[in-house]
Amino acid sequence: MVPGDLRYTKEHEWIRLEGDEAVVGITRFAADQLGDIVFVELPAPGRALEAHATFGVVESVKAVSDLFAPVAGEVIAINDALAGAPELVNSDPYGEGWMLRVRLADAAAVEALLDPSAYEQLVAEG
Amino acid sequence: MTELAVPAPVPSPLLGRHEALGARIVEFAGWLMPVQYAGILEEHRAVRSAAGLFDLSHMGELVVEGPEAGQALAAALVTDPPALAVGRAQYSMICAPDGGILDDLIVYRLADDRFMVVANASNARTVSDALAERLDGFGAVLDDRSLATGLVAVQGPRSIDILQPLASVDLAHIRYYGIAEGVVAGIPALIARTGYTGEDGFELFVDVDRAGEVWDVALEAGRRHGLVPVGLGARDTLRLEAGMPLYGNELDRATTPFEAGLGRVVKLSKPGDFTGRTALEKVAADGVRRRLVGLVLRGRGIARHGYPVLDADGPTGVVTSGTMSPSLGSAIAMAYVAPGHTEPGTMLDVEIRGVRVSAEVVPLPFYRRPA
Repeated sequence: MVPGDLRYTKEHEWIRLEGDEAVVGITRFAADQLGDIVFVELPAPGRALEAHATFGVVESVKAVSDLFAPVAGEVIAINDALAGAPELVNSDPYGEGWMLRVRLADAAAVEALLDPSAYEQLVAEG
Repeated sequence: MTELAVPAPVPSPLLGRHEALGARIVEFAGWLMPVQYAGILEEHRAVRSAAGLFDLSHMGELVVEGPEAGQALAAALVTDPPALAVGRAQYSMICAPDGGILDDLIVYRLADDRFMVVANASNARTVSDALAERLDGFGAVLDDRSLATGLVAVQGPRSIDILQPLASVDLAHIRYYGIAEGVVAGIPALIARTGYTGEDGFELFVDVDRAGEVWDVALEAGRRHGLVPVGLGARDTLRLEAGMPLYGNELDRATTPFEAGLGRVVKLSKPGDFTGRTALEKVAADGVRRRLVGLVLRGRGIARHGYPVLDADGPTGVVTSGTMSPSLGSAIAMAYVAPGHTEPGTMLDVEIRGVRVSAEVVPLPFYRRPA
């Protein structure tokens, strides 16, 4: 089961709408697939994000994976705790493992992303 | 569509057990093998602090036997197997005539006229073919036992405590790089005190049909000592911390032992010719154009295989392996660099996604087990 109050991407990011801002992270499925996460690289606050463009990387012991922006916006905060404790992405992907806070260019774009049941279906289909 | 026939991967004889333990299975060197169970970090730490159980059934076991087995191997490999006492082992390499490395190996002397050569899974066929060719004309025959042999390793400081109650022989009498015939859990085994983790440990060569029993007994007996099953993922981080090369990363057909810092393995002083001698003598005399070094990253990021290494003037080399070291808590890497940059303390940069990240040359290994 994935949280019901989020929207999702095919690349396994989640996004939580909070007014004209949103919080972004990666799903538990993604974190589990990556394995032990040992490094997260995030953009500097102030950076403009384009929808579907890479905004950072997450590295497990073995692999490097790009992170993709679910929607367009401006980074207004990043989770600094991940610099010292990247394992938070594994232990609490929807909570303490959050990555970005974004000011959305268009809040309606979030609604166009996968809803929880569509994302669950995507994961189930592998 | 290409018509290339890709052979189906060979399942490890223990594959069902790995699946039952919840392992993630990958294809590696033509085999289906476990890459991780609980997680690479947890498995890595278990081996450093207690013990880990490894399925290495994919490795190649090549037995060379006959009155001239030693001489034949001396002509085929860069080391001097006839100098080994029975029950001893040596790290070795098999090279091409131009000095390039075909594989790195462990050679065990099982009897006066009997040796076992253990090759990497990815090269087992290459080594088997090369040995068969190089044995020609010698009183020695090659028996490729790779598919008939199961290999289970117990590695870590608690290894001897776990295995001694199961073993018919006094394991303390098997020294590092020694091997003895014995019985483990009622199963005939070659018990070798070798490994690829930087820890004390044993490798148990058994009949492939008995490998599952050895695995089960070792797993059960080891649990109270903190032993966990360990996949290929942690095997890679463990060997990297221990500064041990991996064929395909640090070693390949275009690399000589001298570049890899393994010149001491090449016994140019041994009598007789061996494949690669002329080329390797020239490398030894002329020096190398690049050398393998250890790097610890001082900036943020993880160096990975293939990333460029730079000095103030530009590119000077390339990363061969890199990870976040679980034991050191820093990003570590091995890399080939220009010979002028090998001194510990030298500061270089690794280019990570277009950004220079500072890295310091350090002596290998990164990790040495406590005395």
